[in-house]
Amino acid sequence: MKKIKKKINLKSDVMNQATGQSWIYSGIVKDHFFNPRNLLLKDPRAGEFDAVGEVGNPACGDVMKMWVKVDKKNDRITDLKWRTFGCGSAIAATSMFSEMIKEGRGMKIDQALKIRPQDIIARLGGLPERKIHCSVLADKAFRKAMNDYFRSSGQPQRIIVESGRVIDKRLNITDKDIEEAVLEGARNLADVQKKLKVGVGDKEAIPEIEQLIRFYVEKYYG
Amino acid sequence: MAKSKQKNIKRVYLDHAATTPMTKEVLKAMAHYFYEVSGNPSALHFAGRRAKEALDLSRQRAAKIINSQPEEIFFTGSGTESDNLAILGIARFNKVKGNHLVTTNIEHHAVLHPFERLADRENFKATVVPVEENGLVSPKKILAAIKPETTLISVMYANNEIGTIQPIKEIARLIKKWKAANNRGTQEPPFFHTDACQAAGYLDLDVKKLGVDLMTLNGSKIYGPKGVGLLYVRRGINLEPIVFGGGQEKGLRSGTENLAGIAGFAQALESAQEYRLSESSRLIKLRNYFFQQIIKNIDKSFINGDLKNRLPNNVNVSILDIEGEAALLYLDEAGISASTGSACDSSRLEPSHVILALGRPYEYAHGSLRFTMGKATTKAEIDYTVKTLARVVKKLRKISPLNIKPEQKISCPSRIFVQSGRPHWEKRKNKSV
Repeated sequence: MKKIKKKINLKSDVMNQATGQSWIYSGIVKDHFFNPRNLLLKDPRAGEFDAVGEVGNPACGDVMKMWVKVDKKNDRITDLKWRTFGCGSAIAATSMFSEMIKEGRGMKIDQALKIRPQDIIARLGGLPERKIHCSVLADKAFRKAMNDYFRSSGQPQRIIVESGRVIDKRLNITDKDIEEAVLEGARNLADVQKKLKVGVGDKEAIPEIEQLIRFYVEKYYG
Repeated sequence: MAKSKQKNIKRVYLDHAATTPMTKEVLKAMAHYFYEVSGNPSALHFAGRRAKEALDLSRQRAAKIINSQPEEIFFTGSGTESDNLAILGIARFNKVKGNHLVTTNIEHHAVLHPFERLADRENFKATVVPVEENGLVSPKKILAAIKPETTLISVMYANNEIGTIQPIKEIARLIKKWKAANNRGTQEPPFFHTDACQAAGYLDLDVKKLGVDLMTLNGSKIYGPKGVGLLYVRRGINLEPIVFGGGQEKGLRSGTENLAGIAGFAQALESAQEYRLSESSRLIKLRNYFFQQIIKNIDKSFINGDLKNRLPNNVNVSILDIEGEAALLYLDEAGISASTGSACDSSRLEPSHVILALGRPYEYAHGSLRFTMGKATTKAEIDYTVKTLARVVKKLRKISPLNIKPEQKISCPSRIFVQSGRPHWEKRKNKSV
């Protein structure tokens, strides 16, 4: 029964237009959206934080910025503040992420870097499928802030480099493009082709693309 | 801010362009057709004949409103279906005469998607004429798009998002002129279709004065029932059906007629036209006041669409540094129902094609809010809405890391957004029509 309910929730719309009452966002999402935790209220003074990271673009509809304080001796996050431009789930996901990081004595950096989007989504009590990419940005912003910290604290070996691997050479489509297509709801080759026009350029790339779709579907929805 | 626990907050409904509540008058007109008259209009027996009479009566009432003959009215299941029938029907029936179609870039998806379908799957060519920065299409540009092989021109009467009223009469005049100059009879393509769903409550629907060949209307925007629409098709114009079966509506739309819905729709059309002048002058004042208050109280807010050639009930603004869905949800929490052109609120996760068509950057679409007023809207509600909106914007700007300067040009750089190229809707852009 519970499972069925969850399934319906995923597919329904943001809110009931007729009553304006029912939300598909969980109560936890709603709470974090209306009462965001660890929001950076005042612009920070110089040196107040050890690192900062920003991802997204206003043109694309989501921007997340994080400010982080690190306990250098113990390699722990002692404070994390944020600001987000984006929809309800983007705001709630950043807020939840900040709580997860700050729980207890603050997370160890290595542990914090392991937080996956689906961990945030689980803590939020689920997100509508088409909103999942919003929470994917929280871990990316944090990773960027950590890279900033690693750079400034003389630990370049810890910097995480992410670069897309080109799958379709003719259309220059990377594995990241396919990941994004899956996050936007593509579940099979036809969906991905529709979104990216992938495979049209290079027919030989199709088997690998199919493999990647299975991998990402499993990763985010499995 | 209204507390979420507060269940009995007053609701302010400002989403009449999405749909309107039904009036008691309409409900009364419908009630008769559930029990007393409930036969199938196609049946020969008494119950069937009574149903047929009722259907004919509704058809006559609708015809009178738009100044057409009853036999030129075809009832359908929605405005969307009427648009689909007009476009697919005309294009397919006339495909031997030509494969070119013309429309604008701010049409409803019920028009744009059949156009895309015809272009993608059935070898049609489409010219999508861009509107000007004020959201109005230039009749001359429509004229310039017409080719000898054009069979259909579809331009909406009034836009659902920004309320701009298109110069339908002038476009019709130019099309007629083109036809005369090219020795085309009135029964020969190209034909002119308009989607008048948003216009019905506020504008003149006289098809003769407008000069259109086909016109779409529906019930759910004019305090009528949902699930019923009509397509006016000028006598002598042929269409290929898109629904097949029992041959109802002269074979153009099979399926047992939605008798109660049609009766309610006819009633709603009559009422809408009865009140349209008084409602228009009341709402124009309210609309101008609404705009003025938003601009005065919220900095970095911008009006979308022409102010003069605009539906009396439509207010659409872009507010920078905030995202529409978040604003919508905060407004909803305060009891206000509005809508947004933000990508986050659309099923395809794409920002409004209408706001983008005005030549505005993406962040204007993401931060766009639409308020559409109706019969019950009062000045007190507008005051409450503006006050609440100002507070919501202030709060969301506190949460937002952005501080966009209006004159600043922001483009999507090549590698952002989950690290893959441009936003996903851009990738699709080249493909469409």
